Amino acid sequence: MLHTRNIRFQYNSQNSFQIPDVNLAKGENLLILGHSGSGKTTLLNIIGGLLEPHSGDVRLGSTELYKLKGAELDKFRGKNIGMIFQKPHILAPLTVKENLELANYLAGAKPYNIDGILEDLNILDKKNSKISQLSEGEAQRVSIARALVNQPQVILADEPTASLDDVNAERVIQLLKGQAQKLNAILVVVTHDQRVKNHFKNQITVGKQ
Amino acid sequence: MNIFKLSWKYLIFKPLNTTLNILLLALGLSVITVLLLMQNQFESKMTRGAEGVDLVVGAKGSPLQLVLSSVYHIDFPTGNISLKDARGLTRNRLVKAAIPMGLGDNYEGFRIVGTNHDYLDLYKAELSEGSLWTKPFEVVLGHEVAKKLNLKLGSEFAGSHGIATASHDHDEHDYVVVGILEESGNVLDNLVLTSLESVWYSHAEDHDHASMEADVITSGLPETDDEGLEITTMLIQYRNPMAAIQLPRFINSRTNMHAASPAFELNRLFELLGVGVTMVQGLAIAIIIIAGLSIFIALYNSMKERKYDLAVMRTLGASRGQLFFHIVLEGIILTFISACVGVLLGHFFVHVLVSLNEQGAIAGISAWTFIEEELYIWAYAVGVGIVASIIPAWNAYRTGIATQLTK
Repeated sequence: MLHTRNIRFQYNSQNSFQIPDVNLAKGENLLILGHSGSGKTTLLNIIGGLLEPHSGDVRLGSTELYKLKGAELDKFRGKNIGMIFQKPHILAPLTVKENLELANYLAGAKPYNIDGILEDLNILDKKNSKISQLSEGEAQRVSIARALVNQPQVILADEPTASLDDVNAERVIQLLKGQAQKLNAILVVVTHDQRVKNHFKNQITVGKQ
Repeated sequence: MNIFKLSWKYLIFKPLNTTLNILLLALGLSVITVLLLMQNQFESKMTRGAEGVDLVVGAKGSPLQLVLSSVYHIDFPTGNISLKDARGLTRNRLVKAAIPMGLGDNYEGFRIVGTNHDYLDLYKAELSEGSLWTKPFEVVLGHEVAKKLNLKLGSEFAGSHGIATASHDHDEHDYVVVGILEESGNVLDNLVLTSLESVWYSHAEDHDHASMEADVITSGLPETDDEGLEITTMLIQYRNPMAAIQLPRFINSRTNMHAASPAFELNRLFELLGVGVTMVQGLAIAIIIIAGLSIFIALYNSMKERKYDLAVMRTLGASRGQLFFHIVLEGIILTFISACVGVLLGHFFVHVLVSLNEQGAIAGISAWTFIEEELYIWAYAVGVGIVASIIPAWNAYRTGIATQLTK
């Protein structure tokens, strides 16, 4: 389902990343480990269609990501890839519900069961709240809801637990795994957080060797 | 959810900033609106007022003053001319019609004009009630005069000397209202009209009671043997185009009267006003430019905070073009609202101006008529919005997602 092949990327000539090939089938999970600066976020961005590699290709289903041009890639990403960041990065002028509706609109996807997702993540009562009224843990769950709202085939999470306490971190990991399973989607988590390690069987480590 | 709503949400997220920018631009646009309304209505009102009057003849003095005082009733009359000279002029073969006027009195600030029925025909005035004057001291009121002073048919009042209130009253003879005119939208609305004879008799030292009972003349000049009588001005219509060349020259050089052409004097007046209008216009444009700059700076600064938001939108599927449009739309919405506020504010300013100046030159300008040129205000405003937002929008367009998100 998701395949990367011979990916090379460098920010400058001294610093080139060794990136292993990734091959994942529907519903599979992958944990990418590595210390800071090892290129794990870079890999995630490349898989997510945000950063074009210098060579190699990324294929999702039958689509080769970097053969898509401009707005086509944007729409493909919006529809098929859900991204979660270390910080929630929810748009402050909009309410929780409007943030999810925007994700729907920008991807050009059909409106999905927003209440259902919010209920699954236990934040339905925050539906019409502004972001400033949410706690850190709630905000992170909203960002997960936003990543799920277009029913993506791939969920990418970059350090999703880094700013959370133990209880919330545990909860977020369980939610991600549970929701990915529900959508039968691929889940790729990038982290250096030791708390996350035990939850994933399939792990790779990136970095200079 | 759509891009329009998104832009709107970002605008109302900073209400103070947005309000300030709207007010600033609206202020500049309101001044332009006021100028447009005034220019449009003032010029057409003035031009309409002078229709049918080819030449004004009065005492020697400023020709502009002569036209303003006898056609528009806004400046002081230049003085009087003798009835004998006036009659001589009406016999000139170049004169088709002449309407005499005796000015100089007022009632509660509304000018009393001694004239004949031709003056009403000149403006095609219609009576709404009563009849025209036939005897001395009978008056017909303009619509506004009757309304403002709450006068009815049969009401009596004494005129005062001078053209402004609070000068001494002619208390020997009261005027009697015999007719009230329909609203005409021109200068007649603010006048008290009566016969020339009324004006003479109210100024006369000795009173000849027999003549005060006699009918007054309704057209032309009164026939009288009294050589001392005077009138203030005469409005003249030419018999043929040749008169336009010969008559003013004849009057100005051969008589001790002065002739002024309303059309010519109006042009001169508009030219004089033009300097002031240009200055105010310049000021308004300066305000608009500053408002545009303010909108630009607000958007440009907000881009720094919003780069992350924009990058997130890209990950959600927004294209570069959509983000560009999103920012430009913010500028357009802001300036469109400003235009609405500005135009309303402009009309409101005119409304206040007119109601503060009910008997002056701009009386009768209607504050709430909308003119086609006002559509340009929206066009200007939206233009300002597009120009102010194009650089921030370009920044939004270029925002790299990955580099922004990993910062």
